[in-house]
Amino acid sequence: MDIKDFIEKFADQFEDTDASEITAATAFHDLDEWDSLIALAVLNMTEKKYGKKITFDDMKKCETVEDLYNVVVSK
Amino acid sequence: MNNPFTLEGKIILVTGASSGIGRGVAVACANMGAEVIVLARNPKRLDETMNLMSKGNHTVAVCDLTNPEDVEKTVEQLPKLDGIVHCAGIGQRLLCKELEASDVDSVMDVNFKAPILLQSQILKKKKINKGASIVFVASIASWSPSIGNAVYSASKGALISYANCLGLELAPRQIRVNCISPAMVRTELVYNEGLSEEQLKEDEQKYPLKRYGTPEDIAYLAVYMLSNASSWMTGSNVKITGGVN
Repeated sequence: MDIKDFIEKFADQFEDTDASEITAATAFHDLDEWDSLIALAVLNMTEKKYGKKITFDDMKKCETVEDLYNVVVSK
Repeated sequence: MNNPFTLEGKIILVTGASSGIGRGVAVACANMGAEVIVLARNPKRLDETMNLMSKGNHTVAVCDLTNPEDVEKTVEQLPKLDGIVHCAGIGQRLLCKELEASDVDSVMDVNFKAPILLQSQILKKKKINKGASIVFVASIASWSPSIGNAVYSASKGALISYANCLGLELAPRQIRVNCISPAMVRTELVYNEGLSEEQLKEDEQKYPLKRYGTPEDIAYLAVYMLSNASSWMTGSNVKITGGVN
């Protein structure tokens, strides 16, 4: 997996947030649309697309999309 | 005043539109001004449905909903939808002691698995608008038992439970999810169960309103659920039964 692909799949979980608003440096918790439902969608995505299980706690500890990517890679 | 029941400006997908309730829903939606996409396996019978529909920008989608590749391709070509009515379904009359794995699968695949997987593709591919309305045609069979109807009843019960969860997940986008649970409606499904016209007529007399439902009876409830008139309705399962329980 590479970060570009991860960002694309991460952005795809949003309905209203344009993909252009999401980069490696985006603090995703601050996005208007970010909520527990999108969080679950991201959790499902990492498991389904990369076979990597992460937790809500993992997600909470991350600030940026890149942080999250690194957690997924480390699993 | 604006008519809150109109479907003008809405694009609505109807599955199982080649016969029965699905056909009735497609025709009613067209009459109410919707742009309708009629979906089923049989192109000839879909054309017959199209001929019954009032003029409009309607389209045909030939698709076997039990074939995942077919579903994926079909959904790819869909426009963004304002409404979906899941009508496709089959019946079965087998005693519990006769049931084999293939009997369970044949009903569950069409009545339960197919609508779930179609809905999943529609969501994944972002083919649904905010404020859209999704309707599942279930049945009173889910809580009203009858002999030989075990798998059919279970499939509709499962569908209702699924719809309740779907409604929760889509509520943040103001997308509503509701079920219709009819009693007996005169469609091919009823005639395929091997009962004679005499038996049906006798059963019909047990209904307080002295008749089975028609596809139109069900379609008008679907129209309400699809229209803005039902904007506050989600997670509901409405029974429509001619008074029978």
